[in-house]
Amino acid sequence: MAREDISELEISLLLEAVYQKYGYDFRQYSKAHINRRIRNRMALSGLEDVSQIQSKVLKDETFAHEFLQDLSITVTEMFRDKDFYKSLRENVIPILKTYPFIKIWHAGCATGEEAYSMAIIMQEEGLYDRATIYATDFNQHALNRAKEGIISNAMMKEYAVNYQLSGGKESFSDYYTSSYGNAIMNQSLKKTIVWANHNLVTDSVFAEVHLILCRNVLIYFNNTLQNKVQKLFHDSLINGGILCLGSKEGLRFTDFHEEYIELDKKQRIFKKKY
Amino acid sequence: MQYEAIVIGVSAGGMNALKFIFSVLPSGFSIPIIIVQHVSALSDNDWIKLLNDKSNLTIKEADEKEKIETGNVYIAPANYHLMIENDKTFSLTIDEYVNFARPSIDVLFESAAEAYKNKLIGIVLTGANNDGTKGIKRIKECGGLAIIQDPKTAESSTMPASAIAAIQPDYILSLEKIVQLLVKLTQTNPGSYRDK
Repeated sequence: MAREDISELEISLLLEAVYQKYGYDFRQYSKAHINRRIRNRMALSGLEDVSQIQSKVLKDETFAHEFLQDLSITVTEMFRDKDFYKSLRENVIPILKTYPFIKIWHAGCATGEEAYSMAIIMQEEGLYDRATIYATDFNQHALNRAKEGIISNAMMKEYAVNYQLSGGKESFSDYYTSSYGNAIMNQSLKKTIVWANHNLVTDSVFAEVHLILCRNVLIYFNNTLQNKVQKLFHDSLINGGILCLGSKEGLRFTDFHEEYIELDKKQRIFKKKY
Repeated sequence: MQYEAIVIGVSAGGMNALKFIFSVLPSGFSIPIIIVQHVSALSDNDWIKLLNDKSNLTIKEADEKEKIETGNVYIAPANYHLMIENDKTFSLTIDEYVNFARPSIDVLFESAAEAYKNKLIGIVLTGANNDGTKGIKRIKECGGLAIIQDPKTAESSTMPASAIAAIQPDYILSLEKIVQLLVKLTQTNPGSYRDK
């Protein structure tokens, strides 16, 4: 075996070590994804093989923290996929309006851009006072950044375009104040969001909710783990509740295919059957 | 037959190159082809349908967790990286851009190299950047075959030239010659190959 070949055995030992020492469970993540992140870490830290990572992860907490960040994907955007947000306004908001109070769960919110997008929509649709947005992630570092709500002006420029294309009704710049090259999301938006540390792999139901958004998170999981998380979502949703997945994700390869009707097939919006 | 899959990386000038390849590749082509073509993040990939209409093969967007089947041609969706798992299924990710691209050719090639080892053919075609160079290197390291479009015949020579500078390619050919070679390399019964 060539030296640069990453041994599957070494990788599963490493993931086992991370789980046993730190409680983070990556054992059922996509192998290709894990492999790629490990390879990047080896190159960055000048390590020769996976066993060296394992040894460092166990002995060096700073390194372990870095490695956990490597495995956790925090790439996100405000109003990513304009057609999805259009459909959300057209097909989901009218359903939410029938409830006296609305609980929304952003599962795997990373640095919070989608939760802020949702808070904006709640405000524009007149649902703000009735809504609570639970935004959860297992990555505390990302959650801390989400709570701060500080986003660079360069990114905000792109998000302003996304916002307009996705059916935004106001002026995007009303939702933040800008200083020193950064934008800070308005305090009024933050009031409706509850940030919480929750791990989709190891934690259980924490609330009964009307709407779950989990977009481009499950693609990192293998089939077994996707099923487990889909069960968690199914248990958390009220009957008639809405599940929104990423634009390339679906229920086709899961056990829950029959448990939902498609509200918008293309935008991957599903409604839990009664 | 030695090979089980082909990966192709293509960028600027790619639409014409792919149109040519898939208008001439015969039906019944015996191994799957997986392609990263750089497109805008907002592309709805309608061009895949157009390409499919003009081809003898089934050309479709790669689905998350989909099993890779012989006779199909898969194209990476816009704004996602495409990877191949060891069990020959697809994974998509939204990881940060690689070489300013998502999908990135390197990401597909590196995962394909590890999944298929010496049973993989990697092809770098026309393009105006360096994506694919690291990936084709990895394919060679894992024992696969490297075919590069002759930069002189490419609409945009940077990408194939960059790949050639980094490795010892097995073949440097024009598009016409690449198609002929692929047909020859993947014949299950040499001498009796014909278009159905």
